[in-house]
Amino acid sequence: MELIITFIQKAIGQGIAILFGATGEIITEKSGNLNLGIPGIMYMGGIAGLIGAFFYERNNPAPSPAVGAAIAVLCTLLASALGGLIYSVLTITLRANQNVVGLALTTFGTGFGNFFGGSISKLAGGVGQISVMTTASAFQAKIPGLSNIPVIGSVIFSYGFLTYSAVIIAVLAALFINHTHKGLNLRAVGESPATADAAGINVSAYKYVATVSGAAIAGMGGLYFVMEYLGGTWTNNGFGDRGWLAIALVILALWNPLSAIWGSIVFGGLYIIYIYIPGLTRATQELCKVLPYIVTIIVLVVTSTRNKEEKQPPASLGTSYFREER
Amino acid sequence: MTKRGSISRARAWGIRVAAVILSLIVCAIVIVVITKQNPIQVYAGIIDGAVGTKRRLWVTIRETIFLLIVAIGLTPAFKMKFWNIGAEGQILMGGAVSAALMIYLGKTLPNSVLLILIFVLSALAGMIWGLIPAYFKATYNTNETLFTLMLNYVAMQIVTFCIVYWENPPGSNTVGVINASNQGGWIPPLFGTYGMCVILVTAVTVFIAIYMKSSKQGYEIAVVGESQNTARYAGINVKKVIIRTMMLSGAICGFAGALIVSGSSHTISTGTAGGRGFTAIIVAWMSQFNPVIMVVVSLFLAFMQQGAIQIASQFGLNENASDIITGIILFFLIGCEFFVNYKVELIGKHKEA
Repeated sequence: MELIITFIQKAIGQGIAILFGATGEIITEKSGNLNLGIPGIMYMGGIAGLIGAFFYERNNPAPSPAVGAAIAVLCTLLASALGGLIYSVLTITLRANQNVVGLALTTFGTGFGNFFGGSISKLAGGVGQISVMTTASAFQAKIPGLSNIPVIGSVIFSYGFLTYSAVIIAVLAALFINHTHKGLNLRAVGESPATADAAGINVSAYKYVATVSGAAIAGMGGLYFVMEYLGGTWTNNGFGDRGWLAIALVILALWNPLSAIWGSIVFGGLYIIYIYIPGLTRATQELCKVLPYIVTIIVLVVTSTRNKEEKQPPASLGTSYFREER
Repeated sequence: MTKRGSISRARAWGIRVAAVILSLIVCAIVIVVITKQNPIQVYAGIIDGAVGTKRRLWVTIRETIFLLIVAIGLTPAFKMKFWNIGAEGQILMGGAVSAALMIYLGKTLPNSVLLILIFVLSALAGMIWGLIPAYFKATYNTNETLFTLMLNYVAMQIVTFCIVYWENPPGSNTVGVINASNQGGWIPPLFGTYGMCVILVTAVTVFIAIYMKSSKQGYEIAVVGESQNTARYAGINVKKVIIRTMMLSGAICGFAGALIVSGSSHTISTGTAGGRGFTAIIVAWMSQFNPVIMVVVSLFLAFMQQGAIQIASQFGLNENASDIITGIILFFLIGCEFFVNYKVELIGKHKEA
């Protein structure tokens, strides 16, 4: 029992960063933009929040956790939205190829994160690792009272506020995409921009807003990782391949943020299941970590053979829209 | 804003050179803000870091040709509009196979036989890694971008598995230099450390340039890339072309893995591909698959990366600075293509009906 509870907790802990990324990427992809820059944007978001909190704590003798957290969230949103904006300007306005821009953005963002993560404390004239304990404590604070209930308390109520935000944002995103007028427009832009354009929808505006806000949401995944998961510090490449897993999760969830919620927990579970399988050596543990990707590939192949319309990627995904080229 | 009908070559290149200069200025500003040095010194540092000593020059050449051969490998696939994001995985698989051969046969086989075996089998490994997504793309139209992307991480975990399996010394989680004593399976130096690699890469480059330009198969690739319907109408077996092209593309990337492992690092790690699979996509795309331009772009990127690494180590900063520099340059290069293809006119001055 104890073991199962820890497993679920750990799975959720791994999953939330991926869920943020996937929700952001779903919103982006619904507008027809395949943003492969999401992994880089998550790095940028994570480090920006960390830097914000770092300077706040350094210049303040008695830092307050709540203010630090607010600053961190703000910095993350700004930096990741900036990443989304770079992508948008290049692909929507300058009509560059989406895959190429996305990959360049990932190179840039990952370098950005690792560079500042490794050097910021040195650049600021200090020594050693960057660490923001006070701010992180705000992110790691559990819900008082409720988290003490046995079993249910530890499984459901023992996380920081970002975990709950991730779920709420995913639910809101699903409601927005499937049940609002604007969401319908967004889907139209992603399926057939020419038709949407003819219906009087401002295609570029939708693509811009969806990509930038999607990037901002994804960036929160990076912040979640550095603050709640790592406790306010940075390890180079520590975020690892979670950004790509987020893109994989979009496929597993079949472009539906609600499915991404349970999907993220499944991914989180698959990511760490090697710890719980008895009899594995260090080498075979590594092979176990391949599971999330294998599952994604299977889902990808199965959906493509089935050909069900509501379970396909947005039809215009990956292509830029030129009004003159109709 | 209107699409240009045509643009003179000189003007197109003028725009691209302007973009490069702009990107260099932005890079300089970034470096100056971080290191608080004067920009001229910074650029002197970059040049010194890239070509300052014989060793650094060879490293820059090495990085250039490794980037180049991956870009060359990707060219047939991309010309076919098959988004092979999986070069990282194909390189890793090729690299893993060459490391395996070096470890298990390095002490028994003569070096020349072993090297041929390494080249053939690592290309085969890359080929298989390219074949899998190609088969599903050709048969079920499975999204190849996402499929190849996932395969990268499957390859990554396989390599991590191998590393733990082969680790030397035990517990170090690295393989260490393989066959340091007898140099079994190492590509021998020629005219300098990496001369042999330069020749091999040049040979592959020339082969692909001719293959794409003058062979029937190369033409088929171009037709499939432009329009699959046209290709079908012309009687081209699209399925076969997709599979064959991806096998070729994967094989070259696998071969690149062999060059990296037995030609340079003599070990295997998850960083063996080192993001080259991604950067090479951009190199191939920016050069519009022209091999000569690919050489220039690869050289430029490798030069700036090595320079940035030097600057970073001078100031005790970490070498990820080079990724930031690469990113900035790429943004400018990508962005400038718009101005090559489109003419921007101020509204007001030019009214359209």
